Amino acid sequence: MFYREAGQYKTSYRADMAVFPIAQDRLAVGAILVIAFFVLPFIGTEYFFSSIMVPTLILALAAIGLNILVGYCGQVSLGSGAFMAIGAYAAYNFAIRVPELPLLLVMLLGGGVSAMVGIVFGIPSLRIKGFYLAVATLAAQFFFDWLFARVGWFTNYTPSGAVFAPKLDIFGWTADKPVERYLLVLAIVSLFALLAKNLVRGHVGRQWMAIRDMDIAAEIIGIRPMYAKLTAFAVSSFIIGVAGVLWAFVHLGSWEPLAFNIDRSFQLLFAIIIGGLGSIAGCFLGAAFMWILPIFLDIALPPLGQLVGWTIDKATVAHFALMIFGALIVFFLIVEPHGLARLWSIAKEKLRLWPFPH
Amino acid sequence: MGVMGRWAAAALAAAVGGAAALPALAQNEQFIPMLSYRTGAYAPNGIPFANGMGDYYRMINARDGGINGVKIVFEECETGYATDKGVECYERLKAKGPTGAAFFNPLSTGITFALTEKAPVDKIPIITMGYGRSESRNGAVFTWNFPLLGTYWSAANIAMQHIAKEMGGLDNLKGKKIALVFHDSPYGKEPIPVLVEMAKRHGFEFIQLPVTHPGVEQKSQWLQIRQQRPDYVLLWGWGVMNSTSVKEAAAVNFPRDKMLGVWWSGAEPDVLPAGDQSKGYKALMLQHGSGKFPVHADVLKHAVGKDGSQSKPEDIGDVLYNRGLVNAMLGVEAIRTAMAKFGNKPLTGEQVRWGLENLNLTEERLKALGFEGALKPLKITCADHEGARSARVHQWDGAKWNVISDWYTSDDALIGPMVRDTSDKYAKEKNIAPRDCSKES
Repeated sequence: MFYREAGQYKTSYRADMAVFPIAQDRLAVGAILVIAFFVLPFIGTEYFFSSIMVPTLILALAAIGLNILVGYCGQVSLGSGAFMAIGAYAAYNFAIRVPELPLLLVMLLGGGVSAMVGIVFGIPSLRIKGFYLAVATLAAQFFFDWLFARVGWFTNYTPSGAVFAPKLDIFGWTADKPVERYLLVLAIVSLFALLAKNLVRGHVGRQWMAIRDMDIAAEIIGIRPMYAKLTAFAVSSFIIGVAGVLWAFVHLGSWEPLAFNIDRSFQLLFAIIIGGLGSIAGCFLGAAFMWILPIFLDIALPPLGQLVGWTIDKATVAHFALMIFGALIVFFLIVEPHGLARLWSIAKEKLRLWPFPH
Repeated sequence: MGVMGRWAAAALAAAVGGAAALPALAQNEQFIPMLSYRTGAYAPNGIPFANGMGDYYRMINARDGGINGVKIVFEECETGYATDKGVECYERLKAKGPTGAAFFNPLSTGITFALTEKAPVDKIPIITMGYGRSESRNGAVFTWNFPLLGTYWSAANIAMQHIAKEMGGLDNLKGKKIALVFHDSPYGKEPIPVLVEMAKRHGFEFIQLPVTHPGVEQKSQWLQIRQQRPDYVLLWGWGVMNSTSVKEAAAVNFPRDKMLGVWWSGAEPDVLPAGDQSKGYKALMLQHGSGKFPVHADVLKHAVGKDGSQSKPEDIGDVLYNRGLVNAMLGVEAIRTAMAKFGNKPLTGEQVRWGLENLNLTEERLKALGFEGALKPLKITCADHEGARSARVHQWDGAKWNVISDWYTSDDALIGPMVRDTSDKYAKEKNIAPRDCSKES
């Protein structure tokens, strides 16, 4: 009843090809954006912005990047942490070596370097597939971990190998306060999400999906695998690289190679698997699941324990949070192997029929 | 709907429970956050340290009714030694209590680096006792960082002084091989510039052997040690890495009494897992060692076994437990110093920073506090946020740590200029105008 497109006639090709063809979807997305941009900044606390929203949004952006490669083009990658690191360190070097560059350009340049490296490491995908490709991207992960830890030039020869971000100046406006950082990240992430959404439903995205579904068939109908796969690697690494810049500059402020180690790659891969492969909305859901749920468990378990008269110490809380988190991952994968995004679309289906299910 | 309803109910219950369980913070309470790790690869070392800190705060509350009548409220947050988790804990705890967090003890060099960027904005001092970034000793540039009692550069220099003494003088270092087995993180890399510089000056060969986090895989590093046969091995590890190193040294038959650990690699959890193999292993002391000093009696009486304390009486007096006591004491004394200027009420981070910068623990004061014999007098100034740079060496005899050396003091003619250069570079990159320390009071 609430979610029914009956009566919404599309009278032009333009309307038929809109990003969100259904009016309710447009309304919902619009409402979310309005709340995110104009309501949350006035009611959120510092902790909410800097520890919940900023990291979740950045992880969602990185997940979008990875989803383009894995979910849309079918190329498994375990190197997303490395591409985040490339973006971060490239941007850092641009920022300190050419201080005149504006920050937004530095971010894009960081993404650009990451995209170029992504193309290089995407070349093996022309010959190898599946697990073997995953191993090849794993090599990228370890190589860049090693490179940034060992070659002093990348860290401007700081004694400990930890570097710090420049001031976040954008045309004279400095993003200092948590809420300003949140708005900066939100703006960039919304823009990239929109771009990605448009990209995957355009001719490039269709090529990626054709390659994903069956590469030989795709080749026979005239899609060049090299072009399709390498563009997927480039776009994916670019977005992941920009996410890396944001993670380093906006979220951490100071970082070391360990911030982008293999754990980060796995975190992103889990985020898109749980959120939903081949879905932009799923990236946000997956990132939120991976980032917010452990924090929620950490905060909520002691009071919950006290409700039943059980005082839990911090170590036990940490162990329990890990176990519950793991159990929830298994639960969601069994109940809905296609991810949270699929749950959402099932809910939409039900709403469409409600109150007359058949 | 049924499933969703139940989930919503559970979430609601959690939210309500969370609100109900929040204790009503009285106005006369000083909030102290405690970043700790009781899980993960660093837990063996993190647990005794956290126990020591918590027990000291509990003891102050029970014995004295708080600091000058202001009760201490502290909350632990589990970081697992991970930087992003540490930053989350910092954000969660920084504004708690009537005046916000008094200071933070990040307990990890990685978290220290991240918080160094955030502390000046939030105006909360960062105490990194015996760790953190070495150049932050320069308080003119690093206003909010306090690497009390010793930095890694001091540690590296003192370690080399001890090795030189065993070899019969600094001149005898010429032509020798010194290997550094280090945790491959900012923590482990900190001593390298000093060791490189000393290798240049004294003509010894310096071999760097990084070990990846968490440090349980060190076979190849110790194989290299077997091939290259260094005259001495310096160990810069933490958590399970330390005991693994001692075991691997035994496996390649490298003499344990030719190994010298930093003060984070010289506690009971580092040597006990290796059993008899660790006999003869040496480590620096962050001034204090193991064993009991007068304050332990009060801690045992007022804190151990009491509400919330997780320590067992037999663990009291372990190296890292004692270090937790020392760290908590320095924070409490900084608050007390600041109260002398700002009054006996809960203080803000900015006021506590003043207390830290004017902290002066004389021999008599240390005696009154019950830390006699464990610490040397300590005086912090605007120009020197380290306060003291002295250490001794202790050796494990299979059952306990024995102090085997006299006090060493690091060579400031070597380290002073390095601190200045590095902190100047930082100030330039970050556009910080260094404070004029002659005008600070």
